[in-house]
Amino acid sequence: MSTTTTTTAGGVRVVKPTVASHLHDYWGRVRGGDLGSLPAVLGLIVLSLIFGVARETFFSPLNFANLFNQSAQVVFIAMGLVFVLLLGEIDLSAGFASGVCGAVMAILLTNHGWDWYTAIPVALATGLVIGFTLGFLVAKVGIPSFVVTLAAFLAFQGILLVLLSGGKNISIRDPFVLALANKNMSVVVSWVLAIAAVAGYAALQIARIRGRAKRGLVTDPMGIVLARIVALAVILFSAVAVLTAERSINPLISGSVKGVPIVAPIIAVFLIFWTFVLGRTTYGRHVYAVGGNTEAARRAGIPVDRVRISVFVICSFMAAVGGIIAASRANSVDPNSGGSNVLLYAVGAAVIGGTSLFGGKGRVLDAVIGGAVIAVIDNGMGLMGYSAGTKFVVTGLILLLAASVDALSRRRAAATGTR
Amino acid sequence: MAATPLLELRGIDKSFGPVQVLHDVGLSVYPGEVTALVGDNGAGKSTLVKCVSGIYTIDAGTVTFDGNQVAVHSPRDASALGIEVVYQDLALCDNLDIVQNMFLGREKVRGLVLDEPTMEQMAGDTLASLSVRTVKSLRQLVASLSGGQRQTVAIAKAVLWNSRVVILDEPTAALGVAQTAQVLELVRRLADNGLGVVLISHNMNDVFAVSDRVAALYLGRTAAQVRTSDVTHSQIVELITSGRSGNLGLPPEKPSDLNGGVLDITPGGPQ
Repeated sequence: MSTTTTTTAGGVRVVKPTVASHLHDYWGRVRGGDLGSLPAVLGLIVLSLIFGVARETFFSPLNFANLFNQSAQVVFIAMGLVFVLLLGEIDLSAGFASGVCGAVMAILLTNHGWDWYTAIPVALATGLVIGFTLGFLVAKVGIPSFVVTLAAFLAFQGILLVLLSGGKNISIRDPFVLALANKNMSVVVSWVLAIAAVAGYAALQIARIRGRAKRGLVTDPMGIVLARIVALAVILFSAVAVLTAERSINPLISGSVKGVPIVAPIIAVFLIFWTFVLGRTTYGRHVYAVGGNTEAARRAGIPVDRVRISVFVICSFMAAVGGIIAASRANSVDPNSGGSNVLLYAVGAAVIGGTSLFGGKGRVLDAVIGGAVIAVIDNGMGLMGYSAGTKFVVTGLILLLAASVDALSRRRAAATGTR
Repeated sequence: MAATPLLELRGIDKSFGPVQVLHDVGLSVYPGEVTALVGDNGAGKSTLVKCVSGIYTIDAGTVTFDGNQVAVHSPRDASALGIEVVYQDLALCDNLDIVQNMFLGREKVRGLVLDEPTMEQMAGDTLASLSVRTVKSLRQLVASLSGGQRQTVAIAKAVLWNSRVVILDEPTAALGVAQTAQVLELVRRLADNGLGVVLISHNMNDVFAVSDRVAALYLGRTAAQVRTSDVTHSQIVELITSGRSGNLGLPPEKPSDLNGGVLDITPGGPQ
């Protein structure tokens, strides 16, 4: 192992990482309790193998495509919850908030004959208003978020009932909205987007390394960067290859079904956007700072209250997105939209993915990885014929397991001094 | 040494409701010198620092910075002047790395995007100017640093902005022997770089190790501000505990000072 010493432009001597030392450092962080998404990724692989061996339909292209549509609502809500969890807060009302926003859209579309391009913005705006109200009560009035959102959980359930005039089912016929969670992109578009995504990622990574190297700053070793790019390419291209295969059982009768589900690029766009916001903007930095040490953030001049309100706004906005997708998938809205297991699946997705319940640690990608774990459990156990009851128990246990990993790794980190 | 103080406080009064915490306090901070601010618990050290840093507003008195009278109404005003305070709890975020902490609340941006390379470079330059050579990587999380290293990061954060006066609140209170020595060396280096340094400390060894002047507060009054080389260890302790030492310090309390502010409780006294 050749570790050459390099200096940053300032002259602080630091060790230039090699591929080996980079991996060694990563392993050191994992041992020190900073597990990140590792347990979720391993869990995803193990669960997929178990279900794949037990039921061969699990690995069929049809079922794989189903996973995206099944998990979309939970993933969107979980993305928003990551922001709230980063501040060490919780939003228990996100599930029914998504139901209310979905219902607003459905009522405008079906009962009032609005077009999708006016109904969807109103539904999203409803999410913003809900989030602002929750955030205001938490940050300015000072009620614990647990209580505010528990109250909102009940209230939104009621609002949903009132909106649906006592429990009627409102069906959606707008073709655009229905396409969101039920249609696929053409094979050509699927491949073009996948290739563009990989090329864009590679260009960004290499530009970053070049820029840092030019200034004499330490860069990640080239081997690691290439490995990341290749990994993304392998995952994306193999997924697209599976999804562009014919999934229809009898294409002549029921028509051909192939291509990446439209919801997948929607998830990707939100994933990239929120990852950019959290990692590359001042606002994102401030979210982490408030979650890590509120008092330090306040002394640094960060508007703590505004940050606190904003995360609830983002959470309810993402809940609205999830509600729209869920309404599209179900072709309708009913009083149980966003109820039942949706919220706990979303919290579970974020926590299983590696976002800490204690604040300060988490990424938007966690929501997607954790959402995939939840979807695989739900889908796989369904295929194996387990009842809803068993699925809830198992999902609950896995959420507890993830929370235990979070709490224990935090304790270990405190002991080893890495956190 | 420098003849004109960089920061001069004169006649500072501060009350919280009926309780007057600072009476006519004066303090001079000279560039290139370490001024130790000592005093027992409740003497008003922290209050004085918070007045200087703009967290509290002063009731009376003048603050002169670099020869100009200034008004400090908020921490932002203090930062704009170049006055930075390193609080005892350091105010660092454990979940952020060294660079992120040093620029917290004052991030450099290019358009919408954080300008990480520039920040990393500036942080590296600042740490190098303080001769810090002990961090493994500038991207290390603060959580993984030792107490002395955290103190170093907090101090580096304070000097990053071309600050002129750095106030350190008990920087060595929680540190071991070796780390205390490192931090004191750093404090000395700040002064040698031409900054005015105020060191709040309870530890007489630290005071005598690095300070050029000592200002002692006693019950909200300035007991004395003297050159460290002119006084002994025990004189400082007397100044802290009783407000005077020989011909140094506050005059003995005379009954006339009390202005009838006390009730005469001697038996048989006036009703």
